[in-house]
Amino acid sequence: MRLGLRTGALAAALVLAVPWLASCGATATESGVVRAKWGDPQNPLEPANTNEVNGGKVLDMIFRGLKIYNPDTAEPEYAVAKSISSDDAQNFKVTLKDGWKFADGTKVTSQSFVDAWNYAAYLPNAQIGADFFGYIDGYDKLHPVKGKPSAKKLSGLKVVDDLHFTIKLNQKFSLFPDMLGYAAFSPLPKKFFTDHDEWLEKPFGNGPYAVTDYERGGRMKLRLNDQYNGTKPRNKGVDLLVYTDDNTAYTDVVAGQLDVTDAVPAEQLSNLHKDIDNRYINTPAGIIQTLMFPMYDKEWDTADALKVRRGISLAINREQITDKIFQKTRIPAKDWTSPVLRDEGGYNPDICGDRCEYNPKKAKQLIDEGGGFPGGKLVLSYNADTGNHKQWIDAICNSVNRVMGNSKACVGNPVGTFADFRTQIQSGKFSGPFRSGWQMDYPLIQNFLQPVYTTGAPSNDGKWSDKEFDALINKANADPDPKSAIKDFQDSERILAEQLPAIPLWYQNGTAVYGTRVHDVKLNPFSVPVFEEMTVDD
Amino acid sequence: MGRYVIRRLLQMIPVFIGTTLLIFLMVNVMGDPTAALCGDKACDPATQAALREQFNLDKPLVQQYLIYLGNIFQGDFGTAFNGDSVADLMLRAYPVTIKLTFVAIVFEIVIGIGLGVITGLRRGKPIDTGVLVLTLVVISVPTFVTGLVAQLLFGMQWGIVKPSVAYEAPLAELILPGLVLASVSLAYVTRLTRTSVAENARSDYVRTAVAKGLPRRRIIWRHLLRNSLIPVVTFIGTDIGALMGGAIVTERIFNIRGVGYQLYQGILHQSSPTVVGFVTVLVIVFLLANLIVDLLYAVLDPRIRYA
Repeated sequence: MRLGLRTGALAAALVLAVPWLASCGATATESGVVRAKWGDPQNPLEPANTNEVNGGKVLDMIFRGLKIYNPDTAEPEYAVAKSISSDDAQNFKVTLKDGWKFADGTKVTSQSFVDAWNYAAYLPNAQIGADFFGYIDGYDKLHPVKGKPSAKKLSGLKVVDDLHFTIKLNQKFSLFPDMLGYAAFSPLPKKFFTDHDEWLEKPFGNGPYAVTDYERGGRMKLRLNDQYNGTKPRNKGVDLLVYTDDNTAYTDVVAGQLDVTDAVPAEQLSNLHKDIDNRYINTPAGIIQTLMFPMYDKEWDTADALKVRRGISLAINREQITDKIFQKTRIPAKDWTSPVLRDEGGYNPDICGDRCEYNPKKAKQLIDEGGGFPGGKLVLSYNADTGNHKQWIDAICNSVNRVMGNSKACVGNPVGTFADFRTQIQSGKFSGPFRSGWQMDYPLIQNFLQPVYTTGAPSNDGKWSDKEFDALINKANADPDPKSAIKDFQDSERILAEQLPAIPLWYQNGTAVYGTRVHDVKLNPFSVPVFEEMTVDD
Repeated sequence: MGRYVIRRLLQMIPVFIGTTLLIFLMVNVMGDPTAALCGDKACDPATQAALREQFNLDKPLVQQYLIYLGNIFQGDFGTAFNGDSVADLMLRAYPVTIKLTFVAIVFEIVIGIGLGVITGLRRGKPIDTGVLVLTLVVISVPTFVTGLVAQLLFGMQWGIVKPSVAYEAPLAELILPGLVLASVSLAYVTRLTRTSVAENARSDYVRTAVAKGLPRRRIIWRHLLRNSLIPVVTFIGTDIGALMGGAIVTERIFNIRGVGYQLYQGILHQSSPTVVGFVTVLVIVFLLANLIVDLLYAVLDPRIRYA
């Protein structure tokens, strides 16, 4: 018996030791490969079906569209397109560069674009980015508001030959070509259509990298795509590793287990680890956060309520909140766009001006003149599951309470999940302001205004409607001269400043920390690391 | 014995259906998942309707549940909203969590029972008091604190281990997370064993064994421990299920790609197929672990018979 017990223990020890020994060496880092923090993408990795940063990161690496946004300036530049021209801001001629190929060696032709766009717009494919194709003629046939689609191809797209195709829009839109750098407009290889499931297993496109290994929900390995026609990346590949906790990712960067994380937790920012030195990035990104008013609620849509809205804007001490809570990773907002657009692109901090500045005296006066908060109390709604919104909502309430001299004037209303938050917004359940954020899809002033504030727009959650504003947006879109178009957009923005259907709070920066092994790390205006330009020591 | 097992297995069916239905309802109460799919933007209504249809969300809840249950019996756990096959995720996540649970259970058995026996035999001595205080501390500190502190000390300050577990989750890297995961249960096991051993040490059969002049080691192993382990085995058995499901905190801190990690992502993305699928399997694990515990009773105590 004694002996039996001992042999048993020995056997158990051996069983324990075998996988232990076998695991040694399995975690060695590959030379020249960047290890970066990732999150599980929310939707399948199809170009028109991705609208969040994790899926977007991958699409950026494996696809190149007609245009690409300069990682430093956000300026749209030609990528696969040689030229896109138009005489009337409605009919566009696209010429492709010769020599672009997909990772499987097939050529990128006009058909690759047209097929991809038709697929994206076709309702039964349920692509969440379908509405980006709404400008193209014939969209309503593929994507009717009600009922079954009556066509499978956008009538506005015509293939001329392998390197030429034409686009006809259903309205004038001079800035349209600059929209085409957005990932939803990427070309798709034949295999995407003929062997969809297999393509999704290992997505590939015409970008600098190709997926070599994709372990769902855990890790994606990207290596160089040798068919790539652009400038070769300065590293040998990227391993994207899923982290469910931003703190762990940060800790791993400090310990040298991970090279880049672009999600630095706020609590770490106030006290960056001494090992990080200056390997910390904090650069503007095309994200603005606002407080949106429920304009569908009659109580908020009166002349008195306008005074209250103005008062609330003046009651928020943006400077203090961005300093203390966000550690300067956000900048107090002065308009409804983003500094990444730069002055040429339409950013203008004077538009909101002193309406967005802290002024406690005037704030109280305006709110009192307007008869106080509709419903007697200011209730700010937000989702509590992600993003640490509680902190700043509470800070805004404190700021308002101090202005009003009443510690119960403003309260936060947390909603359990983001989905529930969205459901309640869509069904118009909130009777007070709610948190709203906008991350640009493409760096155009139009993208900050039209989808959010025009009548019936998909992100016009407050259901605000103003004829003059709509007219100015249409006029701006139709203007064949982009420069004067931007002026029109800014004029429409002045109406926002007048009406305040949403109060600008702050512009969000992109933040990242990186390890000693990598160099030339930067974030593009979409707050995504520019992987192609990173170099790796070893 | 065989009939008993069959009866128990049959009893699992209503429990299984009840629990899955409950989870299914709970996930559905969290709001329409398609509302979150488009981010801070409302999906255009037509696309949202198409998505609902694709995931059967347009049908009445009862029908959704029946469709889901029907698929499960065909071995199809559905796909998460991002197109990942849930069965695939489970095949990848469960082995990792089983490995982690195994490490935790080994710690519970070796350290927990070991300390329990030592303290049980030396009641009132300094070592007993010391261990009691220590277990009290461990029980009162939440796992995420233990985890973060362990990660900070061992991973960052001293650099003994890596702060997070590599993708392949090698056993060596699971030792620290396993210890953290086991910590609270380990303290309970120590206390349970201690009480049980202390009580049985005064029993007649132990006195008889001592009087017969049996060697001390044999008394402890064959007589005392075997009788004292029944409550401990119950605890450890039920703990298997609790550890696997409860690894959600530990797996997040150490970034272990196991069940808790996938479950957390499922909840975050409100992917009901992921959440319901993983929890369903957890329920099955829990039920089976309970059955095995009950059967083990008979092994430890011959007086217990099942018919």
